[in-house]
Amino acid sequence: MSLLIETTVNGDQREFVCEADETLMDALRNRMSLTGVKEGCGTGDCGACSILLDGELVCSCLVLGAEAAGRTIETVEGISDGDELHPLQQKFLEHAALQCGICTPGFLVAAKALLERNPNPTEEEIRYGLAGNLCRCTGYDKIVRAVQAAAVEMNGES
Amino acid sequence: MGNDTKYKARTFRAVGTRPVRPDGIDKVTGRARYGADFSMPGQLVGRVLRSDVPHATIKKIETAKAEALPGVKAVITAKDLPDYTDGDEELYAVLDNCMARKKVLYDGHAVAAVAAVDEKTARAALKLIEVEYKIHKHVTDVDEAFKPSAPVIRKDCFTTGVKPRPKKASNVSACSEFGHGNIKKGFKEADVIIERQFKTGQTHQGYIEPHACVGSISPDGSGDLWVCTQGHFVYRQMCSQLLGMDQSRLRVTSSEIGGGFGGKTHIWIEPVALALSRKANQPVKVVMSREEVFRASGPTSATSIDVKMGVTKDGRITAGEATLRYASGPYPGSWAQLGAMTAFACYDMPNVKTTGYEVLVNRPKTTAYRAPSAPMAAFAVESVIDELAKEISMDAVDLRIKNSAQEGTQSSYGPVYGPIGIGATLEAAREHPHMKAPLGENQGRGMACGFWFNFGGQSCTSLNIAEDGSVTLTVGTIDVGGARASLSLVVAEELGVEYEQVKTVIGDTGTLGFNEMTDGSRGTFASSMSAIVSVRQAIVQLKSRAAQIWDIPVDAVEWKDGHAVATGRGAKNRQPLSVADIAASAAKTGGPLAGHAQIVADGAGVSFATHICDVEVDPDTGRSTILRYTVLQDAGKAVHPTYVEGQFQGGAAQGIGWALNEEYIYGKDGRLQNPGFLDYRIPVCSDLPMIDTQILEIPNPNHPYGVRGVGETSIVPPLAAIANAVSNATGVRMTQVPMSPPRVLEALDEHLAMSRRRKRA
Ligand code: FES
Ligand code: FES
Repeated sequence: MSLLIETTVNGDQREFVCEADETLMDALRNRMSLTGVKEGCGTGDCGACSILLDGELVCSCLVLGAEAAGRTIETVEGISDGDELHPLQQKFLEHAALQCGICTPGFLVAAKALLERNPNPTEEEIRYGLAGNLCRCTGYDKIVRAVQAAAVEMNGES
Repeated sequence: MGNDTKYKARTFRAVGTRPVRPDGIDKVTGRARYGADFSMPGQLVGRVLRSDVPHATIKKIETAKAEALPGVKAVITAKDLPDYTDGDEELYAVLDNCMARKKVLYDGHAVAAVAAVDEKTARAALKLIEVEYKIHKHVTDVDEAFKPSAPVIRKDCFTTGVKPRPKKASNVSACSEFGHGNIKKGFKEADVIIERQFKTGQTHQGYIEPHACVGSISPDGSGDLWVCTQGHFVYRQMCSQLLGMDQSRLRVTSSEIGGGFGGKTHIWIEPVALALSRKANQPVKVVMSREEVFRASGPTSATSIDVKMGVTKDGRITAGEATLRYASGPYPGSWAQLGAMTAFACYDMPNVKTTGYEVLVNRPKTTAYRAPSAPMAAFAVESVIDELAKEISMDAVDLRIKNSAQEGTQSSYGPVYGPIGIGATLEAAREHPHMKAPLGENQGRGMACGFWFNFGGQSCTSLNIAEDGSVTLTVGTIDVGGARASLSLVVAEELGVEYEQVKTVIGDTGTLGFNEMTDGSRGTFASSMSAIVSVRQAIVQLKSRAAQIWDIPVDAVEWKDGHAVATGRGAKNRQPLSVADIAASAAKTGGPLAGHAQIVADGAGVSFATHICDVEVDPDTGRSTILRYTVLQDAGKAVHPTYVEGQFQGGAAQGIGWALNEEYIYGKDGRLQNPGFLDYRIPVCSDLPMIDTQILEIPNPNHPYGVRGVGETSIVPPLAAIANAVSNATGVRMTQVPMSPPRVLEALDEHLAMSRRRKRA
């Protein structure tokens, strides 16, 4: 059975058709071409598919497309402000917080949610805050440093 | 200049800086296209049916019902992948692994595949395929499989490398031996001899991006493959051979790659996608699920290793012997051989002997995993060295320094070393503040060394200068984690232009000659060497164009700081010409400016590392927490130091996972019980501390800038470093990884019971 879903994605009103049992991850990737949402496992274990749903961090592989109806979605594609990178994006680049980069969209979304909740996290809070996202390349060192640097910059500006 | 690629000392201007990588922006904005992000018009969805039994003969596969399902466009079995391997046993194994022919050999072995209009239909079709099996006894444990009484997986497997050739088939496909001197004599000279047995679990590379590809074969038999791979030229070679096509009829384009670590050096679903496309006459996309990744791709060998070493009271290692049994999956491999070669490579061993046995088991076909086979051998040897140090009351670092290999040492696997960095990393470790930091209760410090060969091999690159003087370097070796930044730096350095003026891209297989894969830590080493040769070719061009512009002989033109400079008479009146100046008049001086190189990059330069690690072991739960970790490694020359550090840190983290948690768990039924990230637990952010790094630079004499490979060595020491730390924290020697909490707890309890018994006695 196909459903017509109306939702807001990265600030835009969007409509998409999806199957009743289709995940939001698949809908975002295949119906709306938002392939910045990555699939690493499909079972909620890797965080590569992380998005914000009404501001809350979720694994989009564990949400049905139909559940997006009337709600607000933010993906990695919506993090920057026009051509102005979000401080997290900028710091990920400067600190080489990505090697292969497949985990990066999920980390950026999760880190953004973390800093919104806690603008001044300790290293430990960052580590636990990002523990739902797997990275196999970096050993997390440079990711944690990039988030720390972004927090400093974001706090300095506000 | 030209093709002379020997090292020459120089002051670097671009190399050694840390600019932002060129492909970074697309990766932080979600634009970068990975394997599963590419689609072709009219593509179908392909899915693979996998065996749920570990060892059986396929009696029958009934596909008619699946074929009849509306929306199904093709169903294939091994019949649709005819055997073109022409007696090449290795290639036949690849073919058989991609689609089982007569027998299924492990849980997860592909038996059939479908292409359908959508995912749902493809899944439904898989359920309609009926496979009838005749079940055989299976064996999944390396030691069990090694026994003469084990069920024999291949009736045609007679151990090679032993004399006389065995008359009975067994699961031991090959035996290899290395060493020199006389170990009997060596052990006689020893004051202390220690002999131990070790076991390591089977781990997976664990890349976050599952295998994915889109294959398309046109009615004229030519094809396209878009795929995440560590080596698109190698994929082209293998896929075209398996499909019976000319190599140049298949164009392979590599996507961005979401991690490989050796696991994407090998083909699985790619020939299947192409065969489906050939049958359906439409492009077919196949993406593995995470479960498939675990069950059917990748893993490294599970091992069982015996080590015996002797030392004199004053700390001279007199002899070392190792017997290594490495599981290779159900097909012959040469993994134990690599273990046997690397086991003692860090040391100057007067008497040494290693024997490697390749063991067949009913598990997925083993594939390379970062410094393949070396971490397990190092785990065993480095653990024994620590025990030897304790026995003779010598500091573990000092004992290693005293016995470390040097320039001129004959390595345990044969060759004589050139300038190497093992001694330097050990000295640096001894001086490192980490070594002196205080430790608390239940905490211990361990250290260990590691070695990797590094490879070079065939590379082909093109440098093209645009009309405005900006530069594109096209390489055919995949960038797995920042190589494009490093290569742009190298071009900027050699040509004398700014980093921002250079863009490095990966060409498809139609644009360049053959390039080997990004494996063996060869990517930056070999590509940068080829890039330097390309630049030098281009400079020859640039100089001759400048000579034409000035109307002077070409040998009166020099290349300096990115400019053609006139020398000799009248030079003063001639302003130096930049790359852009020369490019602007290219049309009048002979056409486009380019430099092309094809080389075999020899002399990759071996690499060594020393790791230090602090661990706290919870005596109640057996859980180990890594408190502090330091990596010291020789990079030859760090082209982009941040990404070199990243390689050090990433390898260490993978080693930590291997040491503490990761392992394939098989049930009695021969099925993999933990094919997911929940139960196969790789380290998460909260499991790890910061990982400190120290880059040493001992130039590789065989690279113009002294570069060595850096990617792999960092996974070699962690298993042993952590085992040594756990042993120092608890007083109990752990001889099996992963040192998961139950395993540690059991060892602690046993130790306690034993010391109680001793007290009572
Ligand atoms: S794909 Fe959703 S958590 Fe891994
Ligand atoms: S950068 Fe590769 S998984 Fe994180």
